[in-house]
Amino acid sequence: MNARWATLLILAAVIAVIPWFFPSGYYFRVAALVWVTALGAVGLQVLMGQAGQVSLGHAGFVGIGAYAMALGPKYLGLPVLACLPLGAVLAGLIAFLVGRPILRLKGHYLAVATLGFGILVALVLVSEIAITGGPDGIRIPRPEIFGWRPRGGEAWYWINGAALLIGVWLALNIQHSPSGRALAALHDSEVAARTIGIDVARHKLRAFVIAAVYGAVAGGLMAMMNGFVTPDAAGFLQSVEYVTMVVIGGLASVPGAVVGAAALVLLPQALTVFHEYEHAVLGLLIMLFMIFLRVGIVPGLATLLRRRPA
Amino acid sequence: MPELLQFLVSGLTIGAVYALVALGFTLIHNASDVVNFAQGEFVMLGGMVTVFATAAGIPLPLAALLAIAVAVLVGLALHRLAIEPARGASAVTLIIITIGASIFLRGVAQIVFDKRFHQLPGFSGNDPIMVLGAAILPQSFWVLGGALIVFCGLFLFLERTLMGKAVLATAANRLAARLVGVDTSFVLALSFGLSAAIGALAGILITPITLTSFDVGTLLALKGFAAAMLGGMGSPLGAVVGGLVLGLLEALGAGYVSSAYKDAVAFLVILAVLFSMPQGLFGHRSVERV
Amino acid sequence: MSLGMILRRGVIAAGAFLLAAPALAQRAPEPIRIGAVLSVTGPASFLGDPEDKTLRLYVNRINQAGGVNGRPLQLIIYDDAGDANRARTFATRLVEDDRVVAMVGGTTTGTTLAMRPVFEDARIPFISLAGGIEIIDPVQPFTFKTPHTDRMACEKIFADIRARGLTRVGMISGTDGFGQSMRGQCVRVAGAAGITIVAEESYGPRDSDMTPQLTRLRNAQGIEAVVNPGFGQGPAIVTRGYHQLGIRLPLYQSHGVASREFINLATPAAAEGVRLPAAALLIAEQLPTSDPQHQVVLDYKAAFEREFNQPVSTFGGHAYDGLMILVEAMRRANSTDGTRLRDAIRATRGFVGTGGIVNMSATDHMGLDLSAFRMVEIRNGDWALLGN
Repeated sequence: MNARWATLLILAAVIAVIPWFFPSGYYFRVAALVWVTALGAVGLQVLMGQAGQVSLGHAGFVGIGAYAMALGPKYLGLPVLACLPLGAVLAGLIAFLVGRPILRLKGHYLAVATLGFGILVALVLVSEIAITGGPDGIRIPRPEIFGWRPRGGEAWYWINGAALLIGVWLALNIQHSPSGRALAALHDSEVAARTIGIDVARHKLRAFVIAAVYGAVAGGLMAMMNGFVTPDAAGFLQSVEYVTMVVIGGLASVPGAVVGAAALVLLPQALTVFHEYEHAVLGLLIMLFMIFLRVGIVPGLATLLRRRPA
Repeated sequence: MPELLQFLVSGLTIGAVYALVALGFTLIHNASDVVNFAQGEFVMLGGMVTVFATAAGIPLPLAALLAIAVAVLVGLALHRLAIEPARGASAVTLIIITIGASIFLRGVAQIVFDKRFHQLPGFSGNDPIMVLGAAILPQSFWVLGGALIVFCGLFLFLERTLMGKAVLATAANRLAARLVGVDTSFVLALSFGLSAAIGALAGILITPITLTSFDVGTLLALKGFAAAMLGGMGSPLGAVVGGLVLGLLEALGAGYVSSAYKDAVAFLVILAVLFSMPQGLFGHRSVERV
Repeated sequence: MSLGMILRRGVIAAGAFLLAAPALAQRAPEPIRIGAVLSVTGPASFLGDPEDKTLRLYVNRINQAGGVNGRPLQLIIYDDAGDANRARTFATRLVEDDRVVAMVGGTTTGTTLAMRPVFEDARIPFISLAGGIEIIDPVQPFTFKTPHTDRMACEKIFADIRARGLTRVGMISGTDGFGQSMRGQCVRVAGAAGITIVAEESYGPRDSDMTPQLTRLRNAQGIEAVVNPGFGQGPAIVTRGYHQLGIRLPLYQSHGVASREFINLATPAAAEGVRLPAAALLIAEQLPTSDPQHQVVLDYKAAFEREFNQPVSTFGGHAYDGLMILVEAMRRANSTDGTRLRDAIRATRGFVGTGGIVNMSATDHMGLDLSAFRMVEIRNGDWALLGN
């Protein structure tokens, strides 16, 4: 059995087993949040970890997906579920259009360009009050799946868990496909990749579109789960959080993105015991993680375990 | 015409602060490839320490010196305790460390100080001076003058002193600099200290105009980073020009286009510049070696 | 220590605990759990911080005085940093994990609307501290709010502008939730109040200079007064810019700046002559002793300022009102059952709070009218009550 299937199996087992240990519905909610955030982070991992392109505007696509769930039913009269693929296509299309010029930039310049994109999206969501409801957010109708109305954390736990499994499976397949190897090559050196005949621009653009679609689906699911969305979902701080998740978990690792997302969703919940020291402790932990496991949690722990077999 | 002058002064004042933050980014980046997202927290420290020190009865000049000293200590500690131990880690890992540091510093500041906004009286009063029909706060002159002194001082330091040349050499090629005997680790510490001092000074000068609180740093770091990129990462001159241009774009955007979309105007111009000049206004073209 | 000794000690300790437990249970009754999700940090910390302080202070005081119905209160506060998604998670945590009997909190309209379904589904009373009228209009069975709505603030301001014989107004609003919600309400009621809005500008919640926007307003055709819907430091910077540019038109701030901190931040010179609608708390000392709110606002102000050494704001007052309405309802209902508690809150009549006299009903889950607002003007760095 190869590592790809092992990763999927472990993730599936975790999703299936941990509910047995949940003392209350709140844990379903938090775990559902972990899965859906992880889905967004996995998309960014394809772009950052596999193609080596930074994005400080990932939350912009999450926001597009989330607002599609509110605006589709309101203005187009669509059932809310139909808006999930619609938001994904829309985000993919926008990524395709803005990706062409943006991805010509490199490194920090790419970072600032994507940052600008994310800020523009958030600005439109805040400013176009007549359409988006403005800074106080907008309601999202409850979806209906063949007559079943998912409510509460438990239903969304399973929906988001399934979505994450599919997302991880696809991301692992991308990583191990010829296209994924091309991405890895251009991650290492763009010039070298171009020399051996890889269409660098096309592969970068593809990774950017994939990341956008992941983000939009995650945003759509999160919006449906909450029944409500505010422009914060597309904000700069959210984008930074996604980047932090991917890096903390392990830039080169798909399951790393899941672990990173889990860390950043669970930590603020766990740190409430510190009351006002919460933010200081969170910052300290992020620094310590990165100093001592500089390649990320998943690859870092893997190396440690290999070095010292228990 | 008086409007235009009003907008220009407003833009240059806030632009000077962006320029100082961008300069901090540039100094640290040149010495280490680290993009220090805790740069905005130095600005916060400058403003907050001055506010609390003056409230405790310390005279303003002394309070300002104290604030700069505190920021420099924090900057050196950041380098010694967080960046140095992670030496050799990838650039993105180091960036996340600085993001962690920024969250940590904000978290500590909200406990040590408080979560409220604070003001500082203008150094030369708050009564505006009328120039050609535009009302200009005397503090604006303090900000512009202070920024000018920093720019000139930094230029002289880099061009005329041995230590400054070591900083430039490290920026150009770290390995080569080490080979000719430059203590690059010292240069890095120096860059952190200097950036912190410049950031704190910006915070002290601008607080009488913009007020301050424990979390002013986030937005300033974002704007300063954008300004540094606009000017071209690695170029101190680019950082200054980038900051001033960004400030002017915001003020003119708010004045002539739309106040809701003034940030959009600024970012669209940045994007347009980067599309035609992918290394920013003053950046060097880098050649990747295989 | 040998293993046997450890075991024996363990058994003795366990035995002692088992014997003591029923006695303890009798002596210390189960606390009543009250939840709060507040924006203690983040862009709305100007509101959330005094709310947090007020709730902690008064829950302590209530417990020292013997609690409610013979049981102490246990307050569980989470900080959502102004983020709606986080607020929703903490709301679920309060309901599912902490099993609170009621919730006082929700600093912004956005976080309140995100949390509302959680409490409505669980049938637990939720007293929000946010201003938006959509929180209680249409009425939701379990959701209440204590602050005046922004619509009332607009009506009060417009009435005062009309009384000065002016009609043409310019607005400069913050793009945060508070500013935009109030801006929307002002635009809505302007026509009925006989006001024409001739120019509109806005500024970001973190903007540090509003002189370009104010310059535009100053040059707008026929403008007679300026209204600034917003909270936090933004209105202080607007007021400074207004002074700097030497604009002589009347300037109106909203109830979102109702704390002495605003005068300090804006500087007394710039704030001179600024008018705003505010709750009685702001002018506690100037209220005539005959005023029904006189004692309540004086007591709250004294308690808050003594404890925290900072000026009171009406936002902390909203939290006080919410907590006290809840506590009185618990006493009347003598129960912590969600529906009974809701009915008791809804039956609140003549409650004297810092925000006004509260009369709730099945169709009014706020219970305040325009008389709760007083028009004040800043004179010589202090509030002056205008003759109503």
